[in-house]
Amino acid sequence: MNTASLIIAEVPYWGQSLLRVLGGLVAVLLPAGTIVYLFLFKMMSFMQSRLGPMEAGPYGSMQLFAEVGKWLQKEDIYPARADKFIFKLAPLIVLASTFLLVVVVPFGPDAWFTNFEAGIFYALAVSSVSVLGILIAGWSSANKYSLLGGLRAAGQLIAYELPMVLAVIGVVIQAGTMNLQGIVLAQNSGSMFGFDGLGNPYVLTQFVGFVIFMISVQAELTQAPFDMPVAESELVSGYMTEYSGFRFLIFFIGEFATAGVFAMIASVLFLGGWAVPFSWFGWTTMDSVDNWMNFAGPLILFTKMMVIMFLVMWVRFSYPRLREDQLQRFAWKVLIPISLVNIMLTAILKVAF
Amino acid sequence: MPKVPGLFKGLGVTLGTFARTVTQGANTVQYPHEKETPPIRSRGVIALHEGNCTSCMLCARSCPDWCIYIEGHKELAPPRRAGGKPRQVNMLDRFDIDYALCMYCGICVDVCPFDALFWSPEYEYSEPSIADMLHDKVKLGEWMETVPEAPELEVGADKKGKK
Repeated sequence: MNTASLIIAEVPYWGQSLLRVLGGLVAVLLPAGTIVYLFLFKMMSFMQSRLGPMEAGPYGSMQLFAEVGKWLQKEDIYPARADKFIFKLAPLIVLASTFLLVVVVPFGPDAWFTNFEAGIFYALAVSSVSVLGILIAGWSSANKYSLLGGLRAAGQLIAYELPMVLAVIGVVIQAGTMNLQGIVLAQNSGSMFGFDGLGNPYVLTQFVGFVIFMISVQAELTQAPFDMPVAESELVSGYMTEYSGFRFLIFFIGEFATAGVFAMIASVLFLGGWAVPFSWFGWTTMDSVDNWMNFAGPLILFTKMMVIMFLVMWVRFSYPRLREDQLQRFAWKVLIPISLVNIMLTAILKVAF
Repeated sequence: MPKVPGLFKGLGVTLGTFARTVTQGANTVQYPHEKETPPIRSRGVIALHEGNCTSCMLCARSCPDWCIYIEGHKELAPPRRAGGKPRQVNMLDRFDIDYALCMYCGICVDVCPFDALFWSPEYEYSEPSIADMLHDKVKLGEWMETVPEAPELEVGADKKGKK
């Protein structure tokens, strides 16, 4: 037991709970805010040869606070024929699934919220809860555009859940564990063909799985080119049409916080998570990792998350929207067969080596 | 599959624009801080040369959305030659253009037979209150200072006027 866990052990239970809640808020809101400012505001503008927000704060860095202030001022409207209780519940379900998702992400050797044995299984299961929120948001709005958007979202998220799970199975076979901490350990203490200077990041050895996982994440997050559920030009923002003010804000935070958490999970699965290759510092097991990784780990994970988010947003700003049938055909006829073949090959190679 | 090279090419285009914006700056300008001068003959605002106006109402009648308001009365002016009858002239009491309605088609400028209306490239006259978008003849007259000189006629152009 090293010092960090000793410090934690001396804090009373309510203090630990408070720390966990604060940590969860930071782990969800900080990536979301950074993603929105750096990528949605700035990178998108640069890719369109404009500067984006420049007035609020230096280089518009306070723009998000201005936007949040604007949303908080707005009237909380709901349609007359809406199912009010469910209508108000929907954004909370979407946000709750994000918070449930972040609890399994490991940030350091001892810096985690929970350390499930079946961590990645739990993450994939909980990420589908947000479909419920989106579906009931579309249904309870009493608006045909919202209903169409909600149904599209349900169809899309179910279709892309499958290649995502199948892509993860390759990683799980290679690591031999479903525990996210174990996957980090397997990547960073592993070696590729005897060379251990880079560890064994699965982005190299599971590249097909990585590509399929990233495409599925793109679709799960309803980012362009898979943004038919929100499709502002044809469905007037789909399931979010009737939401305004604070509830829209929750949807907005939920969208980008989920993007951040998914990027964290992707970097844990494929880029080695919070750790650097263990051979750099002569570590071999999880217990031998130095204590300072509990502080450096979150920063490393954050950097890797930013790399993944850059890819997601780059694709988002480059491609036009697919058609609904193209989307379904792509998932069922292309991604799922490829990922099945990938699983088979991974299993064969795992046994062979 | 044949579409794959195009997908990467598209990613390259956005990344290229991204890099160009970071290194060489954006194509846009930050409007209130730096301003672009519009082309000299752009349609910013319509100016009124009051002395030329005979309140003939042609502009008001040709305006597609009726945003020009003209009121006038007749007066007797002294005769041109001694012993003649006093002349009847139209005096302009009110000439308003409602820029909240105006759609900048320029028909009034074209239709004016006495060169009383001119285009000016000035564009910064937005107001917090919509009622202030109604410019009266004093304000329209002030825009005359911003009207650019008419360009030289082309060589061989048929010059109207007294022969």
